[in-house]
Amino acid sequence: MGAPVARIDGRLKVTGQARYPADTPLHNLAHGVMVTSTIARGRIRSLDTTAAASVPGVLLVLTRDQAQGQLTAPKFGTGGSTSIQPLNEERIWHDGQTVAIVVAETPEVAREAADLVAITYDHDTPSAGFDASGVEIVDGAGASPMYPEDPKAGDFDTAFKAAPVVLDATYNTAAQHHNPMELFSTTAEWNDGQLTVYEPSQFVAGWRAQLAKQLDMDAANIRVVSEYIGGAFGSKGPMTPRTAAVALAAKLVKRPVRCVCARAQGYTTATFRAETRQRIRMGAGRDGKIRAFSHEGWELTSRPDDYVVGGTETTARLYAYGAVHTKVQLVKADRNTPGYMRSPPETPYVFGLECAMDEMAEKLGLDPVEFRRVNDTQADPVSGKRYTSRSLMRCYDEAAAAFGWQRRLDAGVWKTGAMREGDWLVGLGCATAVYPTQVAPCAARVRLTADGKALLQTSAHEIGTGVRTVAAQTAAQALGLSVEDVTVEMGDSALPAGPVAGGSVSTASVCSAVLKACGAIRDKLYRAATVNSGPPATPESFTLRDGMAVLDSGRSAPLSALLQKLGTTQLEEYAEFAPEGSAPGAVEQLRQGNPGIMGGAKGPVLMYAFGAEFVEVRVHARTGEIRVPRMVGAFAAGRIMNPRTARSQLMGGMIWGLGAALHEMTEIDPRHARTVNRDLQDYLLPVNADVEGVEVILVPETDTEVNPAGVKGLGELGNVGTSSAIASAIYHATGRRLRDIPMRLDTLLQLQQT
Amino acid sequence: MQPFLFDRAGSVAEALRAVSDATVIAGGTNLVDYMRLGVVSPKRVVDINGLNRETAALGRITLDHQGLRLGALVRMAEAEDHPGIRAHYPVLADSLALAASRQIRTMASLGGNLLQRTRCEYFREASWPCNKRRPGSGCAALDGLNRQHAVLGTSDACIATYPGDMAQALLVLDAQVELTGPGGVRLMPVAKVHRQPGATPYLETTLAPDELITALVVPASPWSWRSRYVKVRDRRSFAFALASAAVALDLEGDRVKQARIALGGVATVPWRAEAAEVALVGKPLDQTTARAAAVAAFAGARTRAHNAFKVPLGQEVLVQALLQAGALQPPPPTTRNGVTHA
Ligand SMILES: Cc1cc2nc3c(=O)[nH]c(=O)nc-3n(C[C@H](O)[C@H](O)[C@H](O)COP(=O)(O)OP(=O)(O)OC[C@H]3O[C@@H](n4cnc5c(N)ncnc54)[C@H](O)[C@@H]3O)c2cc1C
Ligand code: SF4
Repeated sequence: MGAPVARIDGRLKVTGQARYPADTPLHNLAHGVMVTSTIARGRIRSLDTTAAASVPGVLLVLTRDQAQGQLTAPKFGTGGSTSIQPLNEERIWHDGQTVAIVVAETPEVAREAADLVAITYDHDTPSAGFDASGVEIVDGAGASPMYPEDPKAGDFDTAFKAAPVVLDATYNTAAQHHNPMELFSTTAEWNDGQLTVYEPSQFVAGWRAQLAKQLDMDAANIRVVSEYIGGAFGSKGPMTPRTAAVALAAKLVKRPVRCVCARAQGYTTATFRAETRQRIRMGAGRDGKIRAFSHEGWELTSRPDDYVVGGTETTARLYAYGAVHTKVQLVKADRNTPGYMRSPPETPYVFGLECAMDEMAEKLGLDPVEFRRVNDTQADPVSGKRYTSRSLMRCYDEAAAAFGWQRRLDAGVWKTGAMREGDWLVGLGCATAVYPTQVAPCAARVRLTADGKALLQTSAHEIGTGVRTVAAQTAAQALGLSVEDVTVEMGDSALPAGPVAGGSVSTASVCSAVLKACGAIRDKLYRAATVNSGPPATPESFTLRDGMAVLDSGRSAPLSALLQKLGTTQLEEYAEFAPEGSAPGAVEQLRQGNPGIMGGAKGPVLMYAFGAEFVEVRVHARTGEIRVPRMVGAFAAGRIMNPRTARSQLMGGMIWGLGAALHEMTEIDPRHARTVNRDLQDYLLPVNADVEGVEVILVPETDTEVNPAGVKGLGELGNVGTSSAIASAIYHATGRRLRDIPMRLDTLLQLQQT
Repeated sequence: MQPFLFDRAGSVAEALRAVSDATVIAGGTNLVDYMRLGVVSPKRVVDINGLNRETAALGRITLDHQGLRLGALVRMAEAEDHPGIRAHYPVLADSLALAASRQIRTMASLGGNLLQRTRCEYFREASWPCNKRRPGSGCAALDGLNRQHAVLGTSDACIATYPGDMAQALLVLDAQVELTGPGGVRLMPVAKVHRQPGATPYLETTLAPDELITALVVPASPWSWRSRYVKVRDRRSFAFALASAAVALDLEGDRVKQARIALGGVATVPWRAEAAEVALVGKPLDQTTARAAAVAAFAGARTRAHNAFKVPLGQEVLVQALLQAGALQPPPPTTRNGVTHA
């Protein structure tokens, strides 16, 4: 395990010195404000900008007329959030679609003028969601290259029919929005045909490539800068159409333009986690062994784009099921295109699966932990491939012990309502956390100077996870320096291409590239150290420590002396790391905007990280209020580079899981397909008072097969499973099965009334 | 947000001259929010925060034998922290402490708190039809997402909930507002400040357009210490009430001599539940009588598609408030600020 180093940028952040993209000071800056539609489906009949344009200080009202022919529509996929460039559209595809951008001398003038843009529409009746008429249903398999087929194995129907114990249940997860603290923004500046965009981004390399296509220019003339990011969670992964539009606005007014979205606009002009509906059928033998498993998912997406979540990719492989059937279908409605949000597939789908596991354990009369043990596997039931490592039951055992699961067993494992304290019903529950271990191509440059300092550069992104710190630690350790001696530059497309900050790939990919670059530096130092220096040390025994090179014989030399020997004052190495099995030219592909993520279930072996989460809930017997006094999670995720940042990620994940279970939901007016709660007053997230005890246990695990760094990645592991653990605890407390999240007191009250 | 003129009033007289055609701003936590959202677009805004320099009483809390007087510019956090209020008017201190967040309470004034406007989501987004915001345009909430909305005091024109907490406490303490207008100063019961929506939901209060709230006046009462505010919300802090109840009880032995009950989060105005009060008089206070009172309190409730849960929830909250108030112990006769109560 690495050292628990505090974040190297922590001080900058808490003292307000970290510079977020919208803070970038620029000379002669103009300000843009977006105008968004107030209907979800129809056409713009008229758009009158006269009043807006006549407000003193207005420089431009960018509408379809002005944009004509200058913006190529994006391509939906890993780089683009949608295939619609709204400023090319007469059609309204969703609520809050951008219809104009007003550019003015000040944000206030732009805002005033934006309110004066007069729009009339031809309305069509929109379809808001699953239960609306007019939705279109298409198969998920093949709709996206990320989801080629529904995993299947054996004959589910026969096995299910023959199973003595069966379950058939439907689960729903709500739409959610990321709501990062930092508002969405774009700042664009042109200098002699060179475009610089400052925007919080999880993929500057990909965005540069996207911008080149959308603005029809050479990527070499584009730079995307995103040094600090105030929360992203997937919302700043794919580039939204605003970026190119603001760049165009800046070009037209011949001044740098900054456009900061209002909080409410973030709900409709960026992506979100769409609602899912899932049906699970499970058949088991009396021995507790699952013989048949079917997971069907319905996922909401937009009319123009087929965004597939496809969490069956993971759930189909989680236990030794026997026969497996899965099917994913997309429900296309008049909504904006959804996208990635922290553990995109696993969060909703594992909620369904783990709730079903709890229900099935009850039907079998088994301790839910033992039920998982009985069905634990080291191989994929679908393909037969083995897991490189899987410490699920160790996680269960460690978390159960720390949590005191025995209390529930002592009270009679399936005796609900048995642990009452006054008006509060106490319940204990648990669930599995799982997330694919993925890794992506990454380039990095490391420069070691004679003064014992190093500079590390990669365009990878610090979205708040601590990767900047972990990268510094990795370089420091490899070069025998202290962390303070390493400067890290990230989040700039001018730097060596780094991976998308998604899929929990950053630590594994960045550290693998950094290790490679540092290894090359080390090789040169080794050669220098062993030239004309008596019997050469073996490479293995040559170590870099405290700014010195130490040879096996006990001799040591300062780095400066070795550099001198090499006739230089610094050593710089550029390295490209590509995951095993990558196509040739993976880093070049990365520069073209193809993230090249590998791992999970895609390769010849299965790579996953696991965890087990236990929670205690208290439910008020008459008001239905739900509280979570305690959460304990144990996680095994390969090598832990920094237990401090790792713990923070997992803890943050569990807290998010709590929010998903009890609070979060984007509410869509079913008549108008419009988002009704569009700020942090109505879109509820847990506050400190809701979060009581959270304990994270890091279960040691070694897995050298996953990637050279041995890192599994845990940015997204923590919030998987939490909501099912809470649902399971609520059932234990109340005897009520809640199958839809969020679980709020009104649901429990309604159940009590019936 | 549209441009507006901004003035600072230096005296009550100056503020009164301005107020007939301007909107006053105190803490601004409600007004600025709604100006930004385009819910209101005043042409003139007058800042009254400087008035307490001329008239110190506007920013002052006084507690004596006659009762409590709270200047309209007193901040929520100041009143909540006041030891005398905690001891003798716990319902008031609790209603403040359970509202919003400490940061907002540090900004927000008591006058502004009483007059805060509904949080109805359809009211707060200017593009929806809303009879309160745009008279005659319809009500998007009636058949829309109305989980937050009121079940008491509603009309076919509007079902928006009065969102505040303090007003319910003031109701059970028989408080009055001191209003200052061009004609001088008058007192009006808090119970008369807010109007039910009826056919005119855009008329929210009975204040004259040229009147200012200058103080809240709470009479001394021998049983105001036996008062309690219970609030249930979707999360444990920083959220408006799904249902709340303010209760003040005069007990004789275990029997209820008088009860005052007000409900929040469930009604269009701060809601005095008189039927519930009557149901308790002369009865011992226990689970059964409390529950019967709670049923009486919601007898006239009219629910919509998503807010039916507010009836059982509101009833339970009231039961809790009654039983908790009944169990309170009197404060020591003398408090730290030297005020003695009988
Ligand atoms: C996120 C959030 C959560 C909140 N949660 C709660 C909660 O849980 N419970 C709760 O009770 N409140 C809550 N509030 C509301 C908050 O308490 C009010 O916004 C605040 O009390 C208003 O006071 P102010 O001084 O800021 O008023 P302002 O915004 O300045 O004014 C509000 C209104 O009162 C008028 N006004 C102000 N002073 C006077 C006066 N002296 N005479 C005549 N008119 C006057 C103004 O013209 C304006 O119309 C919340 C607010 C926010 C933003
Ligand atoms: S409930 Fe009242 S405030 Fe809300 S939309 Fe209807 S009329 Fe407007």
